[in-house]
Amino acid sequence: MTLWMIIRNSLRQHALSTGITAVSIGLGCGLLMAVWVVNFQTQRAFKNVTGGFDSILGPRGSQLQLVLNSLFHMDSSPGLVNSVDYQIFRKKYQRFYQAAVPIAVGDNFKGYRIVGTTHDLFRTEHTPGQRYELAVGEFFIQNEKQWNKEAVIGDTVARKLGLRLNDKFNPYHGLNFAPNQKPHKDEYIVTGILKPTGAPADRVIWIPIEGLQQMDGHDLKYSGDVSAVLIQMSEDPTARGFGMNSLDSIYNKGTDHLTFVKSTDEVVTRLFEQFAWAEIVLRWVAYLVAVVAAGGVLASIYNSMNERRREFAILRALGASRGTIFSIIVLESAVIAAIGAAIGFVVYAVIMVAAENTLRDEIGVTLHLQEFHNIMVVVPLGLIALGAAVGIVPACKAYSTDVAQNLIPQS
Amino acid sequence: MASTPRAARDNLPLVQLLEIINLAKNYRSPEGGLQRVLDVPEFTLKAGQQLALRGASGTGKTTFLNCIAGILHPDEGVIRLNGQDMVGVSESRRDWLRAQNIGFIFQTFNLLQGYSCMENVLLGMSFGHGTNRDTAAQLLKRVGLKDRLSYRPGQLSVGQQQRVAVARALANQPKLVLADEPTGNLDPQNAIESMQLIRDVCEENKATLLLVSHDQSVLNQFEDCRDLAQINKASREVIV
Repeated sequence: MTLWMIIRNSLRQHALSTGITAVSIGLGCGLLMAVWVVNFQTQRAFKNVTGGFDSILGPRGSQLQLVLNSLFHMDSSPGLVNSVDYQIFRKKYQRFYQAAVPIAVGDNFKGYRIVGTTHDLFRTEHTPGQRYELAVGEFFIQNEKQWNKEAVIGDTVARKLGLRLNDKFNPYHGLNFAPNQKPHKDEYIVTGILKPTGAPADRVIWIPIEGLQQMDGHDLKYSGDVSAVLIQMSEDPTARGFGMNSLDSIYNKGTDHLTFVKSTDEVVTRLFEQFAWAEIVLRWVAYLVAVVAAGGVLASIYNSMNERRREFAILRALGASRGTIFSIIVLESAVIAAIGAAIGFVVYAVIMVAAENTLRDEIGVTLHLQEFHNIMVVVPLGLIALGAAVGIVPACKAYSTDVAQNLIPQS
Repeated sequence: MASTPRAARDNLPLVQLLEIINLAKNYRSPEGGLQRVLDVPEFTLKAGQQLALRGASGTGKTTFLNCIAGILHPDEGVIRLNGQDMVGVSESRRDWLRAQNIGFIFQTFNLLQGYSCMENVLLGMSFGHGTNRDTAAQLLKRVGLKDRLSYRPGQLSVGQQQRVAVARALANQPKLVLADEPTGNLDPQNAIESMQLIRDVCEENKATLLLVSHDQSVLNQFEDCRDLAQINKASREVIV
């Protein structure tokens, strides 16, 4: 109780320097945790953004571009898979897959992509155990006999554009929105709004694939072509492995106009590997902030040692041992770090909310602020230990305070 | 007017509390030589006794008290407090013995400025028998500060600060209270009143009082008053 009373009083007496030091530790702590968690959750979220698909077949080009365009609904489209190739794939290699869902892109509404697809997409589990579900309305009409100019929109689209059920809109040509551009004549009606999936699908306006292929202004010569085929390989592990390897060999080595992405996971992993340096830089910046903050604790406490020599002498005269004085300083340093760690959680929350909003709106990937990660224990405890460690230097000075000399007031 | 020593008056058993034999303390002079400032062949104090030592500045009063309290380590000699050796033990043991047995009243009070009266008194208990807010409040009430518990030293008069120092010195229920010029910063009237308070409170708490001062008006209040020069034989000559 006494130690806490002494520490509390000391912190109160040096409230300004304590506050500044604690805030700087908080920044370091919050940054470190946020960098770690954002990196971890982003990687996981990106790897989970498979929409339930293992592989992709698309036009010849970069595998990364194909993945970004087909699953993340980012980047430009690398081109088209012509209808003949698409039909050959569907019929000839049916034994390798359990689902092959075509998508077609090329239009937008106010910057949000319009993706043509089939009902098969909504029947797929976009994440294990979770299928697309409607918050309101129903899926667009699409069967062998007819398809309607109807759209199902993602949660983000509904929120950001304020689109509601039965609202009508005219798509714009291209993937990027140009306000001065004249929209297509085709008018679509919103028949359903999807529940949030925490995936890029939330940022998409889904319409029947025929609608996109036959959109007013599109060349009907290509009306059977698709942008990509999202493939769910066979459940049987042997057939799955064999299928992936075979299709890899057939399309990547045997043709010059198609690309087969064997594993979307691997492509995303390679993407993160390319940007690993950014995470390392951020992490080192956070380390640096934490170390500078710990240096701040040291400087702050060390500088107060001279003015506190009399206090220590009085405490010694009252019976406090050298060890007690030493402990007070080390604990005080640790307490400043602990206050900093607490502030770090606020900093962490602010960064996470900002990152969450940005990622959700820009990419459609969702982070989970409240999700626990070991780093949220390791970093605060590490900083408290670091705080206590830097407290040892001033504590040694306090330890060696000469009692008799310092009991006399210094003028 | 001198009167019968209080302990004797109240028929308290005068058990030996403090025993000093051949105590010596040297300081290094600015010239580099060793100067003996304390040379006490023998000194004793009985439990309940209230003794004043007269000494001018520079006669080793504070050094003597600091040695008894274990704040300074003597170069030679034996100090036994309540039968326990204060010299041949480790520093931490001396700290513990001081916390358990000794209360200190300083000329400058040495109150901690960032702490309230209550906290200052609690600090006096902290390293000894443990804190007790009720006892601390009682002590502050006894010295007339029951309405000032949350005041900081800077918010009190000098006389009130001195009373806080008295309460703090008695907070750990010490067997021995050492008072080093306790009224040195007070005006004559306050000094007399304050000295009476110290003596009364020590008596009520069954604490032995050893006071050093050069203030004759303070010394006159003690039945038992001696010259430090009679006890301390140090010549202050450079010995090495």
